[in-house]
Amino acid sequence: MRYLVLALMWSLAVAGAGNLNAEVTANSKAAGLQQCVEPTEFMRKNHMELLLHQRDQTMYQGIRTTEHSLVECISCHAEKDPEGNFVAINAKDQFCQSCHVTTAVSIDCFQCHATKPEVAGLSGANFSRSLATTMDVAIAGPGCTGRYRP
Amino acid sequence: MRQRFTTLQIGWKGYWFTLAILGLVALTGLLAARYMEHNGHWVTGMSNQIVWGMPHVFAILLIIAASGALNVASMGSVFGIARYKPLARLSGLQAVAFLIGGLLVLVLDLGRPDRLIVAMTTYNFKSIFAWNIFLYTGFVFIAMVYLWILFEPRMGKFSRQVGLFAFLWRFILTTGTGSIFGFLVARDAYDAAIMAPLFVAMSLAVGTAMFLLVTAAIFRLNGEHLEGEWIKRLRTLNGIFVATVMYFVVVQYVANQYVTQHHGIVRFILSEGGAISAIFWIGQMLIGGVLPLIVFFGSRFQGLRWTLIGAALVVAGTISQLYVIIIGGQAFPLDLFPGKQESSGFFDGVVATYSASPQELLLGTGGIAASLLIIVVAVRVLPFVPAVQDRPD
Amino acid sequence: MKQDPADTSTGKNRRTFFTQAAAGLGLLALAPGVRLIDMAVGGNDGKNDERAVTGAVRWGMFVDTTKCARGCTDCVDACNMEHGLHGFDRPQTDAQWIRKLELRDDQTGRSTSLPMLCQHCENPPCVDVCPTGASFVREDGIVLVDKHICIGCRYCMLACPYKARSFVHEDLTEQRPHSPRGKGTVESCTFCVHRVDKDRTPACVEACTEAGHGALVFGDLNDDGSAVSAKLRALPSTQVRQDLGLNTGVRYYGI
Repeated sequence: MRYLVLALMWSLAVAGAGNLNAEVTANSKAAGLQQCVEPTEFMRKNHMELLLHQRDQTMYQGIRTTEHSLVECISCHAEKDPEGNFVAINAKDQFCQSCHVTTAVSIDCFQCHATKPEVAGLSGANFSRSLATTMDVAIAGPGCTGRYRP
Repeated sequence: MRQRFTTLQIGWKGYWFTLAILGLVALTGLLAARYMEHNGHWVTGMSNQIVWGMPHVFAILLIIAASGALNVASMGSVFGIARYKPLARLSGLQAVAFLIGGLLVLVLDLGRPDRLIVAMTTYNFKSIFAWNIFLYTGFVFIAMVYLWILFEPRMGKFSRQVGLFAFLWRFILTTGTGSIFGFLVARDAYDAAIMAPLFVAMSLAVGTAMFLLVTAAIFRLNGEHLEGEWIKRLRTLNGIFVATVMYFVVVQYVANQYVTQHHGIVRFILSEGGAISAIFWIGQMLIGGVLPLIVFFGSRFQGLRWTLIGAALVVAGTISQLYVIIIGGQAFPLDLFPGKQESSGFFDGVVATYSASPQELLLGTGGIAASLLIIVVAVRVLPFVPAVQDRPD
Repeated sequence: MKQDPADTSTGKNRRTFFTQAAAGLGLLALAPGVRLIDMAVGGNDGKNDERAVTGAVRWGMFVDTTKCARGCTDCVDACNMEHGLHGFDRPQTDAQWIRKLELRDDQTGRSTSLPMLCQHCENPPCVDVCPTGASFVREDGIVLVDKHICIGCRYCMLACPYKARSFVHEDLTEQRPHSPRGKGTVESCTFCVHRVDKDRTPACVEACTEAGHGALVFGDLNDDGSAVSAKLRALPSTQVRQDLGLNTGVRYYGI
C-alpha cells in the first residue's frame, strides 16, 4: 500500500515536471539565441548554483565577467512589452516565473536587484544592448526537475 | 522529607482566560512585527540616527532577566544553599521563557528576519553580537538540560555540575550582552569595559525582581502566598543587587566626568538630555535605585506586598536604565571632529530625537506576553511549583 | 525490503542529471573561449577579466577641503544619481552615502566644508561587529556589505564612527542595475566598486573633477605614481578620528 502511494506521488511529480519548460519570453533577446552562457539543460538544473556561487565571486573577488553578471542575465531575458518598454523580469508570466511559480520556490533576488535592464539616456550610465532578433525560438527539452538544490 | 512539587491549580476557566489574554497580547506583538517588516522600518520611530529602539529595550530586558532569574536555581545547586532548591525548577523555567521571549523580539525586529537561518549558521566570531547569538541559543538548551536534571530523580547527582555550567554560561552571556555596548569604541556613552559588569549586576537585580513577581503570581493563583522566609532572603538579595548596579553606575559617571573628553555625554545624560535626563534621574536612579533600596532594606516595609512593590520598582527602573543606555547613547551625536561644531543634512552634530511608535511597544509587550505564556502552560502541565507542606524553613 | 536506488527510474534520473551536469561542466572546461552568447552579444566592453582583486592595490581618496565650497553638493548629487538613492522626503530615514559636512571651529570660528563618506578603513569597526560577516573589507581595501547575508541588525551602524551607514527603511523599486539595494539591509558608499572594477573612478570624484573643483582625487594608495599618492606626498593630510587607529582610505587636507 505504501509503495502504491509512493508510486502514485512520484508519477504525478514526473508528469508535473514534464510540463516545466522554462521558456524564454517571446520578445526578449534570449529568444534569438541558441543557448545561455551554458547549455540550456545545465542552466535549468544548475542556475541556482551558478547564481549563488558567482555572486560571491563578484562580491568578494570583484570578478565581473559576462557569465558572472546578473545584469547580463536580465538584459538578455527581460522582455519588452508592445510599447517597447522593458517588463520587470520577475513579473507574472515573465521568464523567472515561468518555472518558479510551478516549483513554488520564491526568489528574493529582486528585493535588491533591478528587474529591468537600464535604457540608454537614463543619466548616461549603462547602455542596454539592442535586441538581437525577435525570432520565436522555443527551447525544448526535458523540463525543470523541480528540485531546489541549495 | 523529599520536596514535593505540584502544578498550577486554578480552574480551567481561569487558566484559559489567562492564556487568551496572554495569547492576544503576544499575537498583537507578532502582527506589529509583521507590519514593520512588510512596510519597512520607516513606520517605526527608529531611524538612521537611532537604529535600536524600544524593541531592543524590551529584548535586552528579557534576556538579562533570563540570566538573572536562573540565579535562584544556581544558589541552590552551585552554592549549596538548600533553602532555594525547591524554587530551582521555577527559576530554570523562567530563565528559558524570558530568553525565548527576548530572542523573539530581537529577531522579529531584524531588517531581514527571514534570514534567521543565516544568522544562526554564519558567524563572524570577531563580533560580540555573533557570540551572543551563540550564547543565547546555547543558554536555552543548557537551561532545558538543567531543568531535566532537576526533574529526573536519577540525574539529581549531576545538578551541581550542570548548575555550575549553566552559572558560568550565563555569566559569560550577560558579560557578552554588556559588551555589545562596551565594545563600541565610537560612541562616548558606550566605549567602556564597565558595561559588562554593569549588565551582570543589572541582570541579577531585574532577574531576581521578575522572578519574585512571577513566582508570587503563580503561588497566588494556586491560592497560596510565597513563603515568608523566601521573601525575606530574596528581597535582601535583590537589594544587594540593586546597590551593586548603583555602584557601577556611579563609578561609570564619576570616571567619565573625570575624562574631559567625555564631559559632553555626562552633561547630556545628567542634565541637558531633556527626556533622557528625566528618565535617568526619575526612572533609573529614583524608581530603580533609591526607592527599591528603601523598600528592601527598610524595617517598615516588610512582607510580601512591599517586596513585590520593590520588585516592580526594580523592573521599571531597569527599563528606564536600558532606555537611557540604548536610546540616550545613540541620541548623543558622534563627535567626528572634536573641537568643532558639525552640521549637515544627515543630522550630524545634533541630538537625535526618537519617539517609539506603537508597533515597537506592541512588539516589546508581545515578547513579555510570549514568555508568560510559556510559563503558564509549563506550570500547568508539569510539576514546577513547590508544594506547601514540605517547604523547608 | 528496499529497492536498489540504481534500479528505479529515480535512479535513472539521477544518473542522467549527473551525466548532463558533468557534460555541462566538461563543456566549461573544454571550451572556455567559445561562447555562443559572446558571439551573439557582439563583444563586451573589453573588461571580461576573470582575475580576482588582490591586495597589491589599495584604493583611497584624497579630499582637499580648501577646494570644497560651502553649499556645493556635486559629489552628493552624483552619488545619488549613480546609485539611485532617491529619497522619500523622509530625511530621518532616507539613505545618504556621502554628505556634505559644515564645520565651524569652536575657538576660531573658521568654517570648513567637506564631504563625509565611508572611510574604507583598514581596520573597520563595522566589519568587526557584523554578526554574519556581511560587512567585509575586500582585498583591495574597499569596505562593502554583502547584502545576501546581511540580516539588517544595524549593529554596524552603531559601530561606525563616521555615521557612514544607512539602513533601507522601505521597499525599493527601480534600482540601478549596477547598484543593488533593498529593504532591510544596511548599505554605505562602495567607492563605486562597479566602476572601479572596470578601471573607472567613483561618480563623486568624476563629478567633482568634471565640474572643475578638483577637491577629490581617487587612486591606488599603494602606487607611488598615482595621483592620490602624489597629493599625499605634497600636502599634509589627516584621517578623521585618527586616534581610533583605523587607517582610513580617505584622507583630508585643510581641517
